[in-house]
Amino acid sequence: MSKAEALLRVENLNIAILENKQLQPVVRGISFDLHTGETLGIVGESGSGKSLTALAIMGLLTGTPIRITGGHIWFKGEDLLQQSKAQRRALMGNAMAMIFQEPMTSLNPVYRIGDQIIETIKQHQNINANGARKRALELLDMVKIPDATHRIDHYPHQLSGGQRQRVMIAMALACDPDLLIADEPTTALDVTVQKEILELMAELQRTTGTAIILISHDLGVITQTCDSVAVMYCGKIVESSSTKNLFDRLGHPYTRGLINSIPPLDNDIEWLNAIPGQVPALNALPTGCPFQPRCYHAQDQCNQAPPLTLIDDEHKVRCHFAVQLQSSDS
Amino acid sequence: MSANPFLEVNNLNVVFHTKSASGMFNKEHNHAVKNVSFSVYEGEVLSLVGESGCGKTTIGRVITHLEHAGTGEIIYAGQNILTMSDTRFRPLRKQIQMIFQDPYASLNPRLTVEKTLSEPLFIHKLVKNRSDARTKIAAMLNEVGLNAEAMDRYPHEFSGGQRQRIGIARVMMVQPRLIIADEAVSALDVSIQAQVLNLLKQLQRSSGVAMLFISHDLAVVRHISDRIAVMYQGEIVELNETRQIFEQPQHEYTQRLLSSIPVIPSRKNIEPTLSSNGGML
Repeated sequence: MSKAEALLRVENLNIAILENKQLQPVVRGISFDLHTGETLGIVGESGSGKSLTALAIMGLLTGTPIRITGGHIWFKGEDLLQQSKAQRRALMGNAMAMIFQEPMTSLNPVYRIGDQIIETIKQHQNINANGARKRALELLDMVKIPDATHRIDHYPHQLSGGQRQRVMIAMALACDPDLLIADEPTTALDVTVQKEILELMAELQRTTGTAIILISHDLGVITQTCDSVAVMYCGKIVESSSTKNLFDRLGHPYTRGLINSIPPLDNDIEWLNAIPGQVPALNALPTGCPFQPRCYHAQDQCNQAPPLTLIDDEHKVRCHFAVQLQSSDS
Repeated sequence: MSANPFLEVNNLNVVFHTKSASGMFNKEHNHAVKNVSFSVYEGEVLSLVGESGCGKTTIGRVITHLEHAGTGEIIYAGQNILTMSDTRFRPLRKQIQMIFQDPYASLNPRLTVEKTLSEPLFIHKLVKNRSDARTKIAAMLNEVGLNAEAMDRYPHEFSGGQRQRIGIARVMMVQPRLIIADEAVSALDVSIQAQVLNLLKQLQRSSGVAMLFISHDLAVVRHISDRIAVMYQGEIVELNETRQIFEQPQHEYTQRLLSSIPVIPSRKNIEPTLSSNGGML
């Protein structure tokens, strides 16, 4: 697919944190494409760089010690990293919107939820107060807040966690965004509520055609909602694939380890095949493959950075042994 | 699992009175735990599973006297610990230990690991002097997968998973008979969670300690429990052997809970099989 077609193209993105006047790389050359109507899942553990990638796309890293040190973020054909602050602000909450993990802290506790949605609408659209309120009501209906005409004047504390997340979604969809980034949108919610919210997001995507980036540590959530998956480890995408192919033909030893770390629901196993060791500190990354100190398959050549290996259509793995691992499975 | 229950909870009710949001003088009643009864048998792992607000944590806190509330009975070693004074409960603290969720908040940042781990040893008079304590601590750190040198370091020098290992070491130091683990692995990353889960299971097996495992995560609960009590709005709606709960859930809520979990399609155990301490560092 060509560059013109992709709604979002992230190209060799590098992000670093300024620490003691030194730049510590945290996202190290990641690239991916996202098309209209698609859902991409980014999965990884804390510190893998998945949230920073999202914040970089949204343009929310200004004013932090975090710097984008290289690469491009093409959105509808424009390189966002070349745009002015004003241009980025005009996109935020408009053509691209974001939902965060904690619905309590991302809503302002002293404003009514309706007013918070209306504020977003008025920021980007030339619309009068009545029109904006009507639109806010529509949105609350759309995210299935019961009794919206009454609820619109409630404060965040009067809503449950799941309802607050629905309000966040309503706000994110207020201006019909082309791209919606959801960073752990259900992590703080109970599993039955999580199911409702994920179903809502999928349903809204079908009707609006919004492209979604879903960031999660939970492979189960990613599997059930995403068309394709990127697995991040130590600031790199180590495996990317369509969701179906990822599980059919597991590529990277880290992805395998991640799956083996989750206790199965349908089977009794005595011990989990946990990944040994821990994620290396940013300032002590090993040379070559970042996963090699914890990898069962590591050999001398893992000291060299592994190439991106294609194991089938659009299934890429960053491992020297990607192909051998495939044949040892079958 | 032997046949003697050594902790029996009978008809436990806990009501919290909170100030109402609607008026200063109105009180709201929150019936957090309703008519809950269960027993924990020697050497078994019983899990309390449910969503936020179902009362699972309250039960753990009432048993460990961290919460003074409730009516009914909690019988341990022939005594009702629910009505017991803190002074009389204190000697039992050695036997009933708790592992908390947040490994960042549950260790005193100003104490070295040695200090944290030796405190219970001295309080319960399990060692005579410091060198005795250090020997014991070194052995215990080794058992939870840490180096003996960890003793002289402070909590901030450790990762979340390592801190949780320290928390587990602190509990195991005093050779408890019952461990109450409240969301003990929930704050950890997936790969670290698997390591700590293996560790907990291994220590539980080797010491024979009984465990009340409180969690919202059904996959984790299935992996570690002998029996499971499913809680909903303060009540136990279903209590059964682990396999029964998963294969033949009876209560409508259990069924709903199970069907809500996003599952991963195929899983192959591809990696080499590990020793019983599965991938511990």
